[in-house]
Amino acid sequence: MIRVVLERLAQAVLVLLAVSAVSFAMFRYVGDPVAAMSREGASLQEKAELRQSLGLDRPVLVQYGAFLQRTLKGDWGISYRNQQPVTKLLADRLPATLELVLMATLLSLSLGIPLGVVCALRPDGIVARLIQAVSLIGISTPTFVTGIVLILVFAVTLGWLPSFGRGPTVDLGWWTTGLLTLGGLKALVLPAITLALYQLTLIMRLVRSELIDVLSTDYIRFAKARGLPSRYIHYRLALRNALMPVITVTGLQVGSLIAFAIVTETVFQWPGMGLLFIQAVSFADVPVMAAYLLFVGLIFVIINSVVDLLYAVVDPRLRVRAG
Amino acid sequence: MGDAAPVLAIRDLRIEYPLADGGAFVAVEGASLAIQPGEIHALVGESGAGKTTIGNAVLGLIEKPGRIAAGSILIDGKPFVSGDPNGEVRLGRDIGAVFQDPMTSLNPLFTVESQLVETILAHRPMGRRAARDRALELLRSVGIPEPERRLGAYPHQLSGGQRQRVVIAAALACQPRLLVADEPTTALDVSIQAQILDLLRDLADTQGIGILLVTHNMGVVAQIADRVTIMHRGAIVESGPTAQVLRQPQADYARALIAAVPRIDVRLDRFPMLDGVNHQKAARARGAFRGKLPGTVGESAPAGEPGAPLLEVRNLTVDYQAAGWLPGVARKGFRAVDDVSFSIMPGEVFGLVGESGCGKTTIANVVAGLRRPTGGTVRFRGAAIAGEGSAGWTVRSRRAIQMIFQDPYSSLNARMRVGSILSEPILFYRLAATRDEARRDVETLIEAVGMDADAAGRFPHAFSGGQRQRLSIARALGARPTLIVCDEPTSSLDVSIQAQILNLLKDLRDATGLTLLLISHDLAVVRQMCDRVAVMKSGKLVETAAAETLFTAPEHPYTRDLLALVPTLDHVRGEPR
Repeated sequence: MIRVVLERLAQAVLVLLAVSAVSFAMFRYVGDPVAAMSREGASLQEKAELRQSLGLDRPVLVQYGAFLQRTLKGDWGISYRNQQPVTKLLADRLPATLELVLMATLLSLSLGIPLGVVCALRPDGIVARLIQAVSLIGISTPTFVTGIVLILVFAVTLGWLPSFGRGPTVDLGWWTTGLLTLGGLKALVLPAITLALYQLTLIMRLVRSELIDVLSTDYIRFAKARGLPSRYIHYRLALRNALMPVITVTGLQVGSLIAFAIVTETVFQWPGMGLLFIQAVSFADVPVMAAYLLFVGLIFVIINSVVDLLYAVVDPRLRVRAG
Repeated sequence: MGDAAPVLAIRDLRIEYPLADGGAFVAVEGASLAIQPGEIHALVGESGAGKTTIGNAVLGLIEKPGRIAAGSILIDGKPFVSGDPNGEVRLGRDIGAVFQDPMTSLNPLFTVESQLVETILAHRPMGRRAARDRALELLRSVGIPEPERRLGAYPHQLSGGQRQRVVIAAALACQPRLLVADEPTTALDVSIQAQILDLLRDLADTQGIGILLVTHNMGVVAQIADRVTIMHRGAIVESGPTAQVLRQPQADYARALIAAVPRIDVRLDRFPMLDGVNHQKAARARGAFRGKLPGTVGESAPAGEPGAPLLEVRNLTVDYQAAGWLPGVARKGFRAVDDVSFSIMPGEVFGLVGESGCGKTTIANVVAGLRRPTGGTVRFRGAAIAGEGSAGWTVRSRRAIQMIFQDPYSSLNARMRVGSILSEPILFYRLAATRDEARRDVETLIEAVGMDADAAGRFPHAFSGGQRQRLSIARALGARPTLIVCDEPTSSLDVSIQAQILNLLKDLRDATGLTLLLISHDLAVVRQMCDRVAVMKSGKLVETAAAETLFTAPEHPYTRDLLALVPTLDHVRGEPR
């Protein structure tokens, strides 16, 4: 087991090195920071000095080494746009995004799994067909359309929920949360639903098809032949087998939710990292973009490593192969 | 009803599957049979005969939309209503089931203990601790070594034989009156098969359990069944005491089926066939194709010196290594083939036999160029083609060695028409001057394997397993090979189809002088087909001998064991020895 963990860590480091190389390359190839930072009409002399003071005249590998060193220290440079440390900008925005993604994931799992089970157990029932039809709409509607429709109905027409922002938040010192105030929770509802919808349908369809497959396997037939109660067979035996791929997909999806929260955050003006990134793109704010890239890469790697280890916990076959 | 009530009484059973056009496909029609306590009743027939359908009907597990349209099934004189948890007869308590593949019958995510204990608790009100003790007792009764330790094991930690014992233990959890065993030993090696059959016989004799044994293996029937029922196309054609049915079958089909079983005791010239194919046309096509094979006309096959072997395998070693997390870093491996040497003469049929995992398929893959050996050499016509000192494969050696695979369902590309599949090797090796000539060659090939030339326009799914295997053979022939490697060419086919395929291979060999390397675990097939045989055990070659010598006077104790364990028709249960 320890060996597996070490192997995963080594793999994670390799992946992160690759990501950091890409994000470092952005500094060199996405525009010229010197041109962006120096004032208009600066002389060649001034530009060369700036280049030297930024260390941009050194060999590429040395620069990359310095970049890695700074990254490890948590120093991701200064935003070109508002001259604040990038680390602080990200740290300010992180809670908003994570709370949104957490809610969306909980929502999609707590609805997606039961709906998928219903569809799999009675695949020809009216309920299952209805869910299937609705899910088709859910999976094929772009996120921004869902968001705008929700705003139109619940915020503009009915006026039940706020249409933008995070509402009032509570500062815990190292974390600002919107979960502790009614306004914050209300503000979370629409963005969370919008973000969850796609993943919900995905999980529902996955659970459905996996469970249908599992229910036709020999070991389920054998369980029936042993006279086990069908509730035990469906919910304890079969569901556990069917949830194996759901773990993987959920893991991958949490990563992409963080990445694709960009659209939802833009629609709802949610003050998270996605919005920060979009603003950074429009201003060619390379340090923020690079840091965001690296950070999302880090989260992907962490989540996938956790998923791999979780697999070994759920599936005994992997434990032995690992040991 | 008194003591004499049969544990299973089926009367006039009719099972149908409704069709889209309002009609119905009748899977079983007018079937009746009875099983007394302590009796093993075998239900035999080829695939599609309806034997498994009857087994499922007894278990109440017929797949929808199939249904029992008429007739009755009584367990211990009482009707069995499937899905009724309060019925008089309950599945799992009064009826136990054992399925074919022990690798897939147990849920991989739960321990043996969990799977046994939950079964016991579902039917018997008792505490978890008591249920665990009962589970332990069950494991002991089915002869699992170290039952205490096995309780905590997951299915993948057990061998195939052990898993099947666990399956039987679970089926016996609540002392059922009837056990339905559907091909319980088909997926097992002969040595394990013998143990499981002994166990089943013992359960019937000592606990008085009635067993419905669904099987296609006549040898198994002869060994343990008291009575046998033969089915054909959904109907029972013959039923009676095993000795009587196997020795003096009355119905034509029963006679043909029993005659088609490959015999291990004598070598016959040809396999008896259940129904004929167009022999004349096929023979003509084979004659026509013969002229195209190397060594006859045109191409001069470098035959090497006279008397030299066609294929020579020397000190072959193959290791399997799990890939590590970094390229170049290998984990500890597994030696699948260990220092194996043999040679095959031109025109010979060479058999390679052994139990699963002994390395025979690995050798087939090395010879066919699908896997690189770790050590040793493979020489073809004197030139090294794999291993030490080999110059690698040439187009010529690739073409000259072709392979036929075990599973005809997955070895033909489902998205290509048969004509394209068969013309692929011909065009690739430029064996035909024009596409037109290639098309004519394909037609000759299809006829040579006993099918109609219009098959070329259809897709593989239009054909049965046996027909597909014929097409696989035709594809291999298309490359005009000198050596064909056949990896279990008939093990997924019914006996009648098996007889056709093996006869076809024999005819092709006689007509064209092909050399065959036949990999099989079925000793009877090997005896009928091969000139010389090599026996493998755990990666090593234990004995190589002429086929007749090997079967009449085996030298190595392992070979003797293998031969002794094969269930045959030599001795039928109920006959005086």
